[in-house]
Amino acid sequence: MKYSIVGSNKTTTREEKAAAYIFIACAALSIIAVVSITAYMIISGTPAIFKVGLVDILFSTTWQPTAGKFGILYIILTSIIGTLFAVLLAVPIGLLTAVALSELVNEKLKKVLKSAIEMLAGIPSVVYGLLGILIINPAMYALEKSIYAGNPHHQMTGGANLIAAILVLVIMILPTLVNVSETALETVPQHLRLSSLALGATKIQTIFKVVIPAAKNGIFSAIVLGVGRAIGEAMAILLVAGNAVKAPWPFNSVRFLTTAIVSEMGYSQGLHRQVLFTIGLVLFVFIMVINIILSRILKKGEEDD
Amino acid sequence: MKKVVSIFVAMLMAFTLAGCGGGSTSTKSNEGDLSGKISLNGSTSMQKFVTALGESFKEKYPNVNVEAQFTGSSAGIAALQKGTCDIADSSRALSDDEKNSGLIENVVAIDGIAVSINKANKVKSLTKQQLADIYTGKITNWKDVGGADEQIVVIGREAASGTRSAFEELLKIENQCKYAQELDNTGAVVAKCAATTGAIGYVSLDAVDNSINTMELDGVKATVANIKAGKYPLQRPFVMATKGKISKQNKKVQALFDYINSDAGQAIIKKVGLISAK
Amino acid sequence: MTSITAKKTRISDNILLALIGICTFFSAALIVVIIVYVFSKGIPFFKFKDLISPQSALTNPNGLLGNIINTLYIILGTLLLACPIGIGGAIYLNEYAKNKKFVEAVSFATEVLSGIPSIIFGLFGMIFFGELLGFKYSILTGCFTLTLLILPIIIRSTQTALASVPESYREAARGLGATKWYMIHTVILPSCLPGILTGVILAMGRIIAESAALLFTAGSAYLMPRDFFSHFLESGGTLTIQLYIAMTNAQYGQAFVIGMILIILIFLMNALAKWITKHFDVNTKE
Repeated sequence: MKYSIVGSNKTTTREEKAAAYIFIACAALSIIAVVSITAYMIISGTPAIFKVGLVDILFSTTWQPTAGKFGILYIILTSIIGTLFAVLLAVPIGLLTAVALSELVNEKLKKVLKSAIEMLAGIPSVVYGLLGILIINPAMYALEKSIYAGNPHHQMTGGANLIAAILVLVIMILPTLVNVSETALETVPQHLRLSSLALGATKIQTIFKVVIPAAKNGIFSAIVLGVGRAIGEAMAILLVAGNAVKAPWPFNSVRFLTTAIVSEMGYSQGLHRQVLFTIGLVLFVFIMVINIILSRILKKGEEDD
Repeated sequence: MKKVVSIFVAMLMAFTLAGCGGGSTSTKSNEGDLSGKISLNGSTSMQKFVTALGESFKEKYPNVNVEAQFTGSSAGIAALQKGTCDIADSSRALSDDEKNSGLIENVVAIDGIAVSINKANKVKSLTKQQLADIYTGKITNWKDVGGADEQIVVIGREAASGTRSAFEELLKIENQCKYAQELDNTGAVVAKCAATTGAIGYVSLDAVDNSINTMELDGVKATVANIKAGKYPLQRPFVMATKGKISKQNKKVQALFDYINSDAGQAIIKKVGLISAK
Repeated sequence: MTSITAKKTRISDNILLALIGICTFFSAALIVVIIVYVFSKGIPFFKFKDLISPQSALTNPNGLLGNIINTLYIILGTLLLACPIGIGGAIYLNEYAKNKKFVEAVSFATEVLSGIPSIIFGLFGMIFFGELLGFKYSILTGCFTLTLLILPIIIRSTQTALASVPESYREAARGLGATKWYMIHTVILPSCLPGILTGVILAMGRIIAESAALLFTAGSAYLMPRDFFSHFLESGGTLTIQLYIAMTNAQYGQAFVIGMILIILIFLMNALAKWITKHFDVNTKE
């Protein structure tokens, strides 16, 4: 390039060099951001572990910050169980919707459905929370009353419970599941479908025996993304789940890792605040594990191709 | 005992405030000169009062912005100690430690904590003991306190709330409460009580509206008159703490406290449903 | 199986088909139900006056102008930061990078960044930009935090857009003796601008919808700016944050009004992005 025929005066080379350095800095920023986020989550999350004790934080169930008890076992379990069930419910719905979009409906209907799913993905999570409080919670209260009427061993929660939160999470992760699995199904080569049909398989057989297995990597990454989204969601379930620290039984009022941070961060101080950062660190560890799994799947997908 | 102390402190502070007010009125001739910002941090319970105060103060001193964050009483006090704000709003009395660190407890108003229930609930009155038993989980059904056969949904605030610590402290049930829901906002407690037939909750008196009923405690209604007379048991001071005496603060902060003690400031206290500390 | 002409329907096929129908209907009906519900609850409380007047605890509790302005500030600030960085990063990855390890590391980091939940960004923003760098609760802190959040969206959409520029453009430019940067800013960027723009609009949608990352960074104030620049250093809550505040305060009327506004905004963003994509497709065919 130095020998360019349009003239290679020094200013151009300097500009060229500057541009290259600026761009490399921009690209490096992603890495810097991830490294510093990781560093800061560890720096701010670990002091409380040393002060309270790892076992007393992670494996104790009593959360009483004002009495100096910071057990987050129930909070961790709630996040795991809530996410698990939300994903279990959302995966079939999302996958079958994706099947319809990619394999069954005509172009026009597909466009409409895809816009609908896109809107669903774009709606702010607080709006889902609002709907959860006003629609799902009262419905749960009615259900709870009919199941536990006169049962003195059950503490009435007024409908703010684990099931309500799971239902909100299902709606929240549905668009991710649909979009990613649909993309995966679309990339399945047409000749696989055609050969299956030519062998006499019905359309439905082709979809479930050929197309879905062929797209399994993509679908799996959709599920992992869904898990990440569900475990990281905060605002939508904040008021829906009741927010008392209890064991994650369906009709118990529960607190998630995310909602524990949001609901007390603004008000806390000292050790209590540090423990909230530890909760953030636990959440961060979960997310990093999920990310690593995801990148493994993507890599494997590339190798398979 | 605590109540008596807090009222005494309140009166003392009110006098001090009045004194300061008198002292600085002379310098107030050039009001337009004050400019900049006053930063406040603290109790969410005081949000309504502080924002209203800030706005009307700005009308008088257009160049001063009252910037308020509502992060909770303890967080506000911590911020004041670190020096990141001028005034800490606290909806509880300062602890001895906090006072020893040089903070001054300026009580600006008194707030009652009302026990809120759903409108459909027929129970009108509880004793303090019954209330404590409900919150500690010993009583779980409204029929045990003279109501319908309906299980009680115990609603409270999050751990660092000034309202919660005041409520638990006044009933002597610190860290023993068994909450079914922990909400991080006064308004949310009102809304849940309004929507849930078996609910019981506690909120600042100024947050009470006609969507809920309030409970009599030991036969005493949660009213301004009863709180002022010291008859209603659940009451607490609203403190605007400063680092060092008010007279040592900058002109803007002094002007704010003068304003609180003026008729206009007292009118705001009334307007948001609080009781004057004077 | 026995005949090649007569179609034999299988029961299991029909069951699966019905299930697919139900699930698809559920997914599509959800958005309809949500929109109808939010609008039916929001419209009775909607007053145009609220959009053009700031909130005041004493006189105008429902005013939204302050929040609308804050939202614009945050969108503007975040895009001003994220666009150059994101587009620059993508240009490096697609046009300059030779070190495969580095490209892989950046891609992995971008992927991780897009997988981190906003509450973690909120925590990081609060302690890093807010406390360590001393920006406290301010719109600027919010902008810095959201920059990290939308960076992956900008990088990815720019990369896709850059990849769609035909190799012949580059060869032609190089053949004419253009230097790399000259080629990029005169030939490549203009031809993939619509693709980049689509990403920017999607990022805007994300900014508008964001709440958890802003609650502890930009805060929730609703005051009007005193002057244009100093407002960046003041706390300011967006519409979505105000929706959250209204929701926790049980002011459901205002919450639904904001919900309605947000849904309309998101719809417009999606429609605009689609329109540009379509426009873009037409361009490439020419």
